[in-house]
Amino acid sequence: MKLTDRIKNMNFSFLSSVIAIIIGLLFGLVILLISNPAQAMGGFSTILTGAFRDMRSIGRVMYFATPIILTGLSVGFAFKTGLFNIGASGQFILGAFGAVIVGIKLPQLGSVHWVVALLAAAILGGLWALLPGILKAYANVHEVISSIMMNYIGMYLVNYLVLNTVYDRLRNQSMGVAKSAVIPKMGLDKIFPRSNVNAGFFIAILAVIVIYIILNRTSFGFELKAVGYNRDASKYAGINEKRSIILSMVIAGALAGLGGGLLYLAGTGKYIEVVDILAAEGFTGISVALLGLSNPIGILFAGLFIGYITVGGDYMQLYDFAPEIIDIIVASIIYFSAFSLIVKNVIDRRRMKLGGGKVQ
Amino acid sequence: MDYIIEMLGITKEFPGIVANNEVTLKVKKGEIHALLGENGAGKSTLMNVLFGLYQPEKGVIKIRGKEVNIFGPREANALGIGMVHQHFMLVDSFTVLQNIVLGMETVAGGLLRMEEARKKVMALSEQYGLKVDPSALVSDISVGMQQRVEILKMLYRENEILIFDEPTAVLTPQEIDELMHTMRGLAAEGKSIIFITHKLNEIKAVADRCTVLRRGKFIGVVDVASTSKETLSEMMVGRKVNLEIDLQPLTPGEPVLQVDKLFVKSRRQGQDKDVVKNVSFSVRKGEIVCIAGIDGNGQTELVHALTGLTMPDSGLLTLNGEDITRQSVRFRNTHGIAHIPEDRHKHGLVLDYTLGENLVLQGYFTPEFQNNGFLRRKKIINYADKLIDKYDIRSGQGALTPARSMSGGNQQKAIVAREIDRNPDLLVAVQPTRGLDVGAIEYIHHKLVEQRDAGKAVLLISLELDEVMNLSDRILVIYEGSIVADLNPKEITVQELGLYMAGSAPGAVGRDVQ
Repeated sequence: MKLTDRIKNMNFSFLSSVIAIIIGLLFGLVILLISNPAQAMGGFSTILTGAFRDMRSIGRVMYFATPIILTGLSVGFAFKTGLFNIGASGQFILGAFGAVIVGIKLPQLGSVHWVVALLAAAILGGLWALLPGILKAYANVHEVISSIMMNYIGMYLVNYLVLNTVYDRLRNQSMGVAKSAVIPKMGLDKIFPRSNVNAGFFIAILAVIVIYIILNRTSFGFELKAVGYNRDASKYAGINEKRSIILSMVIAGALAGLGGGLLYLAGTGKYIEVVDILAAEGFTGISVALLGLSNPIGILFAGLFIGYITVGGDYMQLYDFAPEIIDIIVASIIYFSAFSLIVKNVIDRRRMKLGGGKVQ
Repeated sequence: MDYIIEMLGITKEFPGIVANNEVTLKVKKGEIHALLGENGAGKSTLMNVLFGLYQPEKGVIKIRGKEVNIFGPREANALGIGMVHQHFMLVDSFTVLQNIVLGMETVAGGLLRMEEARKKVMALSEQYGLKVDPSALVSDISVGMQQRVEILKMLYRENEILIFDEPTAVLTPQEIDELMHTMRGLAAEGKSIIFITHKLNEIKAVADRCTVLRRGKFIGVVDVASTSKETLSEMMVGRKVNLEIDLQPLTPGEPVLQVDKLFVKSRRQGQDKDVVKNVSFSVRKGEIVCIAGIDGNGQTELVHALTGLTMPDSGLLTLNGEDITRQSVRFRNTHGIAHIPEDRHKHGLVLDYTLGENLVLQGYFTPEFQNNGFLRRKKIINYADKLIDKYDIRSGQGALTPARSMSGGNQQKAIVAREIDRNPDLLVAVQPTRGLDVGAIEYIHHKLVEQRDAGKAVLLISLELDEVMNLSDRILVIYEGSIVADLNPKEITVQELGLYMAGSAPGAVGRDVQ
């Protein structure tokens, strides 16, 4: 394959994501027209442009995107190595708890406090994915089943742990973390005033780059992908396929856990609430990974897009729409966006059938 | 005489390759027409065009003299074209009868009327001698019966034009005979058959005429009865092919592999029997030792134990004097064992990787291809280009060709290239020529002999009697997990070897069981 062909293939992937987004937006428009025809066009243009009205809104997009880029990376990385990590939600909340407990209990760490808290988040997230990894590697238990179970166990476990360690009785949530555990702004608050964006966004970009390099440039990634594509051939080639499966799950879990840490250490009044609800970021991560076609760079932009729609949706409250309608619209745009894989398959089949043009 | 199918000047291109270049195929009514060509010559592409799965860039298709456009299997079916694919298209969890009627169910008031279908299927089965059990689940029946189900599917749909895509590749010799008989019966009833194959014996046995393709081009159409096998094979490969191998006498050297009292238990659930029983033998430098036997007599398990894919239950394996019984696959790979596996899709290749990535499947971590954990992609591509050139692997886009898109023969060549180029002390080759055309078989045989002549040890596991007799210095016969004979190919006949393989030792010649 020549370089030009590679670019062409990349373009087709990008194109399919764009088509999926357009379908999602049109569907959102239909809902708007049904619920409130008079204000539909105004509302729609707010969704599309709201995020660009000022610097603060752009900052908010980055803030919203940060955790879901991480959960998207978690799901996408697992996809690339042949695993469907549906347990990002549980790993995310475990990571959040790791960050919060370190953030409250170890203020003596001083300037590295927030770094240690984030490491704790990644470690707990990784540990939470370890068991599904081991079950898959040694007993061939499907990771979808085991990681879904781990979501619920994780949610209740974190509720229990919060109740017994860092519980704020008045508000039914975790206590606030120490100032030293809050991720620094690194000047972002100057560029995007009054938004919550912080250095966590840089960490998300760093994670994207690291995962991209691991998957595409290293022999470690070569092994992980080989096992994902063909476990038998990997074993034949001398790759320790059980170890690879476990490591893939643990890395995916660590990414989701880090996402939890980044959200709950943002210093934005986010606390772990003691309620029986799975963390939504884990599932949004699946949409992000699908929209980004599991490519780390694609996931970065997919996460930003979903942040952008979310912020735009917020401004729609200026119009006469029930908040539930806004949620439905944002959710359905995300939902349809995740169809990019189907769109891509349709495009690929078309090209195949028509013969892919000329000989190179 | 009128032609039932005319495919005129068909051209079909894929990125980097012209799969069919102005190909013409004309089939008469009631004949068995063979479509002969090497792996990757464009036979399957041509049939997929006829079946509507691909649209050609150029060319005309006429069925019964009328020009048609076929856009999919449904229209092909309506024109009376049916196909038995190489990989069967059956629903495993359905019964034979359900599979046959699938898509053509007789329905009354929304309910299935299976009784009528059953009668029709049984009548067809009787008429053509295609024995099936209509209520058996497809997952429980033999490959031969699955194929009969596929044929009945076509007959049930009253197809007049039957395409068989390499139907014998998966069958035992007895099943092949039955299939040939069935095909003759079908032709006698007026069905027209296109028989895709690269096995010359089968063409001579059943076909009336034969169209030959080579590298996507139409080479010619011949009358089978008046054309010799040699001519056919020359048309197919483009040069003279010689499968006779004259092994130069060579005194074997030191033993490379020694197997001592090896036992392997069945890994199937609920079974505890030994599938490899007390096997001892050695392979020395400069000899080809062949393990001959009928499929399923423990060869797979033996090879897996030798190459480390499973651990033996007891016994001792020694490689160059070193105990490797408990060593990992990676250790064996890096200490001189190369392995051409039985199933190239399951074990041999990562189909979603490129050809280049597959060529370094065992070596990606060595300093040659890896630096501080990073792959040296330039080096990998250069190395792949070198192997592609040296071993004549044909691919559309060189090192970056997806392995999945390559033809079976070239996939196998890639594996052979990779394994031989690792310069092993011991080459374990399991059915290395299965499903390949004569050109590729000749090539791989020569490569194995080259290894032997270069003083390497070669362990060949084969089901093909000709291959066994032709290539081996020594033949070990495996039967029900035990080595029952150690034979010199010069001192026995094919018939005697067949008897040993069937478990009835003739006792007359060369009987020195280890």
